[in-house]
Amino acid sequence: MSISTTQQSSCSVEDLGLLKYEKALEIQRRYVTEFIGGKRPQSLLFCQHPAVLTLGRSSHEGNILFPQKDILAQGINIVHIDRGGDITLHAPGQQVVYPILDLNFQGKDLHRYLFLLEQVGIDLLNDFGILADRILGKIGVYVDGEKIMSIGVGVRKWVSYHGLAININTDLKYFSLIRPCGLDVSMTSLAHIKGRMIDMDDVKAKMVTHLAKVFHLDIVEDKKI
Amino acid sequence: MTKVILPELGEGIQKATVACWHKKIGDEVSADDDLLEVVTDKASFNISAEKTGRIKEILVKEGKEVRIGEVLATME
Repeated sequence: MSISTTQQSSCSVEDLGLLKYEKALEIQRRYVTEFIGGKRPQSLLFCQHPAVLTLGRSSHEGNILFPQKDILAQGINIVHIDRGGDITLHAPGQQVVYPILDLNFQGKDLHRYLFLLEQVGIDLLNDFGILADRILGKIGVYVDGEKIMSIGVGVRKWVSYHGLAININTDLKYFSLIRPCGLDVSMTSLAHIKGRMIDMDDVKAKMVTHLAKVFHLDIVEDKKI
Repeated sequence: MTKVILPELGEGIQKATVACWHKKIGDEVSADDDLLEVVTDKASFNISAEKTGRIKEILVKEGKEVRIGEVLATME
């Protein structure tokens, strides 16, 4: 069966707002299954999460710097998940994007996919006049050596889930609880660099543009849920 | 007998680590069922069954590194 170029590139955008991590994961899994079954187009899911620590497959609990009970007592949840990578912290003010994309049309190459996600972050920051870069061997996006965007992806039948998390207005105090991604690296945010709060809707609109460009997507629908 | 192998995952990727098996020896599986998950760098990759059958052998334990093209399991 041949698939037309339009179907290959069709992609909807959904803004899920502030959503619990587990709920977002459930939605991603459903969307991957529905996409594979031909029941929905590719999707870019935008959301923010209440404070949560997520531990990927290669996590070392030693990278949580405080007793877990103390972290839970602060209302921060801890979740073990099926993605690559170590520990990630999500909190309000961080823009999370979960692309459900058919990587069969992106070269079937995990490294290339990670590289292109990094490019989206670099391009976004460039819009704000910030020169961001990659660091060899440390996947993510960095500004002056400080990490601003984390990436962790899952792939099933070459369809992606999980994705990227970029600190926009995130309260950076949360990161003192962990060694992010198992690295001795300090974290930063767009608001911290610019010295002012950033309009998240503006960030989202810019990211949609960059994601569409980098992955050659045709945005067919953009809705807020 | 069908071999389950670690497929090509992208340019420059020579190996991955078996994160977990979703099936065990003797399990009946349908085509497209997820068999196991491997991880490389910041990516987790699910490997699914190409056809319906039964898991005969599991050749790589969780936590072990495997190379592209290596046989991970056999099915009959």
